[in-house]
Amino acid sequence: MDSLKIICPNGHLGFAPLKVESFRLGVAAKPDFIAADSGSDDIGPVPLGSDGCASPKAWQEHDLEQMLLASREIGVPMIVGSAGDTGSDSRVDMYVQIIRDLAARHGLAPFKLGWFYSEVDKETVRAKIASGSPVQGLDARADLDEGELDATDRIVAVAGVHPYRALIEDGCDVIIGGRSSDSAIFAAAALSRGFPEAQAYYLGKVLECASFCAEPYGAKETVLGEITRDWVEVTAMHPGQRCTVASVAGHAMYERSNPFHEHVAGGVLDMTDCRYEQVAEKTTRVTGMRFAPADDFRVKLEGAGKIGERFVGMAGIRDPYTIAHVDEVIEWAREQTRERFGETGWALHYNVFGRDGVMGEMEPLRDRPGHELLIVVQGVAPTREMAEEVAMTGTRQLFYARLPDVKGTAGGVSFVFDEVMPASPGYRWTLNHTMAVDDPLELFPRHTETVGA
Amino acid sequence: MTKTRLSELAKTIRSKNAGTDKITFDIIFREREAYETVKRSGAVSRDAMARLFGIDEARITDFVEYDPAYAIKFTILRRRPSGSPGDPDIFGAQQYAPLLDVEVETA
Repeated sequence: MDSLKIICPNGHLGFAPLKVESFRLGVAAKPDFIAADSGSDDIGPVPLGSDGCASPKAWQEHDLEQMLLASREIGVPMIVGSAGDTGSDSRVDMYVQIIRDLAARHGLAPFKLGWFYSEVDKETVRAKIASGSPVQGLDARADLDEGELDATDRIVAVAGVHPYRALIEDGCDVIIGGRSSDSAIFAAAALSRGFPEAQAYYLGKVLECASFCAEPYGAKETVLGEITRDWVEVTAMHPGQRCTVASVAGHAMYERSNPFHEHVAGGVLDMTDCRYEQVAEKTTRVTGMRFAPADDFRVKLEGAGKIGERFVGMAGIRDPYTIAHVDEVIEWAREQTRERFGETGWALHYNVFGRDGVMGEMEPLRDRPGHELLIVVQGVAPTREMAEEVAMTGTRQLFYARLPDVKGTAGGVSFVFDEVMPASPGYRWTLNHTMAVDDPLELFPRHTETVGA
Repeated sequence: MTKTRLSELAKTIRSKNAGTDKITFDIIFREREAYETVKRSGAVSRDAMARLFGIDEARITDFVEYDPAYAIKFTILRRRPSGSPGDPDIFGAQQYAPLLDVEVETA
């Protein structure tokens, strides 16, 4: 095979629905694979910790239906990675069931469905630490200790190409993956057809966010990637978009600490000496990528742990004197909460929109607040009842804050709601680490079945 | 001496999470000339960015001038992981705004 084509319709399947027009243009270009990633850690730790989704099921079904019908129509494999935003086992099962249901509803001819899981049991990680193999922290985190492991509710391992290759080489027509490196699902398809690692991983890197590598800006549009032994080309499918040298090279740095290296399970894609060339109006060709295999095989782990139940309140301020003293108002409300609940065992978080709500301490203009402020209050505590009361105290006491020279003594803040609202529980990312494994497949159990009439 | 705002020179100025613990900033120019001008000016340097955002330089983990894309890119460590209670910007997508007004010596 001299070249291989893959289309990607969505950079985060389900987060917003794919656009059908450019997807159908991509299908008409006769790709050899249709693939999309569904996961992200951008969505925060709540979906992983609580084993839920960030996206409505209807949007996920929409994209899976488009991809499945196209894949069966033109007879090429379809691959989806990081099922259901997090790739947890329950999300993989949910996607597998959606595929079965879609096959039945559309009366599809039999096809082979394969899937793999990526959740890691806490005891597996504990045993690894006990064996003397440190679970190393990424991004300035310390190595994992047992306390942080105990504080974790759910862990997923981030798969590389290996479980995908195993399922492709097993003849699967539709593959649903657990948590995965975004680029791995595309790279696996290219590697399974014999293309070199450097080009294969670059193909994955450039396709994973779909039309984010094209211009003008427009998300959820299909792009087509083509790989040979020598180069990777990427072409925008939307009639109004182009893949240019600037848009493709610019994409190399998107969401990454630096634009030169992309770490995957088993090695590093080196883009330092990549060359970009406009070879057609909508197509850019990339050459010069390299791949360096790693000495030891380490798998990235993501973990989320619950902090507590959470309620949210909101309060507005218009009085300029109160705005100038907003930190004292907040401290008053905190103090009332301390009097009720003591020093520890609960938390209040205040984001003061109109001053530094978006940027916090990094806001250069925090000494220049707007003429009105919105304070968003989060109360976190072990039980829902206590979280509601913490949030209520932290919000309502803003109304009663005692400022010495305030003119308006009938109430210090405005309320859109004189209540606090239930929110998702508070979670935090507990693991952003890597763990050594002996076998690239050991954390990713695979299954297959024949689906269809 | 002429000064021009960075937002008038760059095609794209954006911020976004790079994993759970970092936010990365991209400043991308359409032409080499504007890119080289900004590089030469020193207006977007590691220490200028630390001063602009009021952070210790040690929190800037990467600072890269990326010639193939006419881009300057830097990455900072978050104070707490994305999405923890109190984090107002789970995606890190609105942290770039102070860059728009950075003044660059253009002549």
